[in-house]
Amino acid sequence: MSSHHESILREPLVTGENITYSKVTEDILVPVENKPNKAWWIGFIVSALGAGLWVFSVSWTFWFGIGEWGLNKTVGWAWDITGFVWWVGIGHAGTLISAVLLLFRQNWRNSINRSAEAMTIFAVICAASYIISHMGRPWLFTWALPLPNQFGSLWVNFNSPLVWDVFAISTYFSVSLVFWYTGLLPDIATIRDRAAGARRRIYSILSFGWNGSVKTWQRFELVSLILAGVSTPLVLSVHTIVSMDFATSLVPGWHTTIFPPYFVAGAIFSGFAMVQTLLLITRKVMNFENYITMFHIESMNKIIILTGSIVGVAYLTELFIAWYSGVEYEQYAFLNRVSGPYWWAYWIMMTCNVISPQLFWFKKIRTSIALSWLLSIVVNIGMWFERFVIIVTSLHRDYLPSSWVMFYPSWVDVGVFIGSIGVFFTLFLLFLRVLPAIAMAEVKLLLKSSSDQAKKKLIAEKAVNRVEAEYYLESLEKYDSISPNVAELQKV
Amino acid sequence: MSNIKYILGHFEDPDDLMHGIEKLQENSVSIYDVYTPMPIHGIEDKLGIKRSRLGKVAFGFGLTGTITAISMITYMLVIDWPMNIGGKPHFAFPDFIPIMFELTVLFAAFGMVGTYFFVNHLAPGRAPRVMDLRATNDRFVIAIDARTNTSHDQIDSILKEAGAVEIKHNERKYVSYE
Repeated sequence: MSSHHESILREPLVTGENITYSKVTEDILVPVENKPNKAWWIGFIVSALGAGLWVFSVSWTFWFGIGEWGLNKTVGWAWDITGFVWWVGIGHAGTLISAVLLLFRQNWRNSINRSAEAMTIFAVICAASYIISHMGRPWLFTWALPLPNQFGSLWVNFNSPLVWDVFAISTYFSVSLVFWYTGLLPDIATIRDRAAGARRRIYSILSFGWNGSVKTWQRFELVSLILAGVSTPLVLSVHTIVSMDFATSLVPGWHTTIFPPYFVAGAIFSGFAMVQTLLLITRKVMNFENYITMFHIESMNKIIILTGSIVGVAYLTELFIAWYSGVEYEQYAFLNRVSGPYWWAYWIMMTCNVISPQLFWFKKIRTSIALSWLLSIVVNIGMWFERFVIIVTSLHRDYLPSSWVMFYPSWVDVGVFIGSIGVFFTLFLLFLRVLPAIAMAEVKLLLKSSSDQAKKKLIAEKAVNRVEAEYYLESLEKYDSISPNVAELQKV
Repeated sequence: MSNIKYILGHFEDPDDLMHGIEKLQENSVSIYDVYTPMPIHGIEDKLGIKRSRLGKVAFGFGLTGTITAISMITYMLVIDWPMNIGGKPHFAFPDFIPIMFELTVLFAAFGMVGTYFFVNHLAPGRAPRVMDLRATNDRFVIAIDARTNTSHDQIDSILKEAGAVEIKHNERKYVSYE
């Protein structure tokens, strides 16, 4: 029930004084109901230029074929699949936040789930665009689907992980979209009921006629819970199947059973880094400091250390198993990764993914916004290199030394990659402009139990144990949205 | 009889709202519906609303997905065009599991959400049946049918005592959208 107070020892999820239900609505809708500020326009123009580069490079690829990429007959997969796996991985954090954290009743997800899910959807769009463009003849993409055809109905091979991937990615994308949009309905209705004229009409259509009656909410909560329940194994299955694209092949360095858990951990790792990259800027530009607090930032950093460490253990396990297997091809593949011509890529990966996230063990670093942001970029770079290392260094020296080559990206490769980042940010900035970036209804749920003002009220009423109250007030020190108030400490 | 169709009690706090519901029920005033900007836990028990059956719906759709996947794959790879892949069995069940799983999730999610939209009359472009515009923002609204509950003054005073900040007597059921 809403009057149920949570333990005073828990850090607040909403800060600020005099936060009422209408204040939540107003604060969150500022970017939606007003003209965008300068920072938004600068970001949007830069991203739109990137998206333009993407359109140009992808059109170039479609027109002239994938011979325009830097691929050669030994390295047949390079930046395309690297980019694909990188984007799919980034998408995973959104589902993790919205689904897994919901099942675990982690209330801090309430203020970050909306933008993280939006990020998932845009990241999967970027990933899917790589799949389409790497096909060479993208208009034949229907051949990946089990559709009746003129070849006597030659069906797809359901024994192939590439076909599993088609089903996994499309299910993942569409279920994420449904989950995200269903969650948006109450918030769209809020915008609708505050707007006038054409805006009201548009948001009215988008709101599906939401009215917030008891049964709507009751079923809404059940639908969210079940969607979270089915999305949790779904998100694990997606990256498992992505890893099987590699693991079921016979290429040394790919053919390992560790791939599914290792890829899933890496996906969550890179996804949280991207959430951090986006939200630290969003909270600053949109003034969401009271809703996305230091507790959220610190919690995400903790998940980054955890998953980063799992990834680190996976790297070391791979090396150990390569040596322990006694298979000379496997041993060479890893020796080549560590000390071959791509040693620099391997060590960038190791540094960015395994070593630098360990800095988050220090509370000073974990609660510093500038450093968190910087390290989140470092993780993103590291995870891109991880995929590059797995794909290119395993392929470039195959079984026949006469065909050993290096891979050099062409400008089209670079254009598609930089461009996909542009597409991603363009979509994200448009999202911030037209839809609430924080789930208002879910934040309102926290107001009476987990907000700083509710807890301070309990302290003022002397309804809580003195020692616990002091502990709580001390925990507020790290918050940048709460000014240190010595008087309050003395009042206890 | 007056033209008042609905009496709306506005509350600023969900706990006051719950209190208001209790008070109305004690005085055997029937409640038409309650509109809130966020889910209120425990309200369905108080209003006697049964547990939703959407979970069973999701299970049914999920099972349909599983069966669809296995029958589709079996038809295509075993019956219609069996291929000899290294002499392995055509019915390679372990290989079918990933897609069976994906279709289970896909059918369950879409089937359940579709059913939810259907039973709650949610559809793009549907005119919102909203009794008060602030019910999606910061007000917790109890709606009482004024025709079946005739003692309006008594209802007003019950609502006021329970902590209602505003009481409206509406002659139209829904706020109109032109």
